[in-house]
Amino acid sequence: MTDLSQTPASGETPMPQKRGQSLLEPSDRTKRRNAAETRFKAYGIGAIAIGLLMLLVLVTTIFSKGLGAFQQSFVTLQVELLESKLDKNGNRDIDDIKKVTTFGYAPIIRGAIEAKVTELGIDTPLKAKDMAGILSKDAAATLREYVVTNPGQIGETVEFRFLAQSRVDGYLKGRVSRDSIGNDKNISAGQLDLVDALVAAGVVEKTFNLAFILGSDASDARPEAAGMGVSMLGSLFMMLVVLALALPIGVAASIYLEEFAPQNWLTDIIEVNISNLAAVPSIVFGILGLAVFINYMHLPSSAPLVGGLVLTLMTLPTIIISTRASLKAVPPSIRDAALGVGASKMQSVFHHVLPLAAPGILTGTIIGLAQALGETAPLLLIGMVGFIASNAPDSIASGLLSPNSAMPAQIYEWAKRADPAFYERAWGGIIILLVFLITMNTLAVILRRRFERRW
Amino acid sequence: MNDMTVVDNTVETQRTKIAAQNVNVYYGESHAIKDVNVEIEDKTVTAFIGPSGCGKSTFLRCLNRMNDTIDICRVTGDILLEGEDIYDKRVDPVQLRAQVGMVFQKPNPFPKSIYDNVAYGPRIHGLARNKAELDEIVEKSLRRGAIWDEVKDRLQSPGTGLSGGQQQRLCIARAVATEPEVLLMDEPCSALDPIATAQVEELIDELRENYSVVIVTHSMQQAARVSQKTAFFHLGNLVEFGPTGQIFTNPEDPRTESYITGRIG
Repeated sequence: MTDLSQTPASGETPMPQKRGQSLLEPSDRTKRRNAAETRFKAYGIGAIAIGLLMLLVLVTTIFSKGLGAFQQSFVTLQVELLESKLDKNGNRDIDDIKKVTTFGYAPIIRGAIEAKVTELGIDTPLKAKDMAGILSKDAAATLREYVVTNPGQIGETVEFRFLAQSRVDGYLKGRVSRDSIGNDKNISAGQLDLVDALVAAGVVEKTFNLAFILGSDASDARPEAAGMGVSMLGSLFMMLVVLALALPIGVAASIYLEEFAPQNWLTDIIEVNISNLAAVPSIVFGILGLAVFINYMHLPSSAPLVGGLVLTLMTLPTIIISTRASLKAVPPSIRDAALGVGASKMQSVFHHVLPLAAPGILTGTIIGLAQALGETAPLLLIGMVGFIASNAPDSIASGLLSPNSAMPAQIYEWAKRADPAFYERAWGGIIILLVFLITMNTLAVILRRRFERRW
Repeated sequence: MNDMTVVDNTVETQRTKIAAQNVNVYYGESHAIKDVNVEIEDKTVTAFIGPSGCGKSTFLRCLNRMNDTIDICRVTGDILLEGEDIYDKRVDPVQLRAQVGMVFQKPNPFPKSIYDNVAYGPRIHGLARNKAELDEIVEKSLRRGAIWDEVKDRLQSPGTGLSGGQQQRLCIARAVATEPEVLLMDEPCSALDPIATAQVEELIDELRENYSVVIVTHSMQQAARVSQKTAFFHLGNLVEFGPTGQIFTNPEDPRTESYITGRIG
């Protein structure tokens, strides 16, 4: 376009007249376009706001319900380990001492709490048996375990911190109130009066509960004693199996498919099926594990080894897909360069391509492991859920083969039980699980940032 | 650029290094190279010129079997390196590529140190018995690549940190480190600025003393400046092959003339 025709003949040079619409005023089209853009941005911001709100609700719910599990009420008592009850023969024979069951310890605990109440001068109509009712049923076991490991202490007076019964714990956490205990035969108003008095005297107090993180599950009657520790070990052993199997198999499969396999209908089918495998519901892998590993191969049920094998099947597609993506991201010029100086195909892959793809492979593996760590459904089918109050495994073999649970299965198990004290522990377990998952994902992000290579 | 003067057209008769006889290349259905016969001489720079897609790079990649990495590529005919058919079943392409080195269009140093870039070839081929020998090979190769003075103080810094021209010379040093007999260069200067291009061209001229160099280029001026022999490819055919001076000043085929004068391509 030229404006030559409009050049005036006169000597002065006036500002050329704008022929089209002024730029200072947006046209109708521009206005509509801008409005659409503004609307789209608003939708985006709205979507993010909704997402953040949901996240906030989730996190506050989890923490408000679950943090209680990390605190526990304890009763501190001085217990006189009476020789007459615990070692009648007086010769400290460990076999004799072991013959005294937890029932035998009940009178000692009753005596200890009665002595405490008397010492503090608390006026209560309760009998000693009811006083001892504010303690966990776990108290006698704690005491017995101490005596069996330290028989020399018999006859001495030792200070113990016993777990308080779950209703007492709930009362101190506000979960149980005087109104709600009307029909509850586990606790009475008189016992709550005693608790109030003991709290005032500093005998009953709420402190951090390490046993929740390190301990094992406990029976229905003793929610206050239940912990995540053993199921965490179960998860750990499963993850070891997954890592040991899924990483090498997945990486080898990806390298072969990506670098060596010819492009034909067979590899196409394999490729499609790997993607399909990633979309298979995890419970299907569970039933496969039940049929193959337990019923056919006769591996022990409920064992982390079997759980690990099932989760390996589930994690493999994730690892293969992410490994192939990171192998693809290595520029072909690097392969050419290696082949050009006379490296073999395998040398070019292992010396050059794989190191460059390693951060991506690592990230994919960690994310795959995090997925496996949170998986519950397949574990239900191979029996890794249920009341498993075993002690911590003492060797790698027993860790792999003896029945155990896993973190998400433990949470599911607690959520199923009737006692609200277990419900609180389920939320607490979710916090622990989330901490693990967030740590792993953060690690994945850090590794990717750190080792990512640009070229 | 009035640089069509042919600098060095003294063509002494050299013995044949690579002889291609009736070479055809197919990519699946498409016929990329049609019945090419060419004799590449030792201690000579041979330039392949022609419009984009004419098959010159494809033919170059046949000379060290880099096309093997492409599944659908099929090569027929004979390519003889010193009388031996490189497409013979008994030939291992890995061994061949140690003898026929290659420099690519885009500088592609390994994301490792400068030293490791050059030492990689000798290492995998076992050319050095100990560290001292390897050091010597690296220094010699970097000198041949005309980059020694620029990098001798930072051999351990990454090769990817060099400038484009330096990277390309590093790649040339890497290619000569395995003591190849033939050096294939696929548009080695297309990603470089004029100064770096001049340095690489000078280097190519020096390399002629020891190697047979085959260079694919889009720039006719470059072909005229560095080569003694020129082959003109068009639509998969080798249209004309002869001394560079003759191709540029007195081409026999009308297509060559059209291309050189800028009417096709």
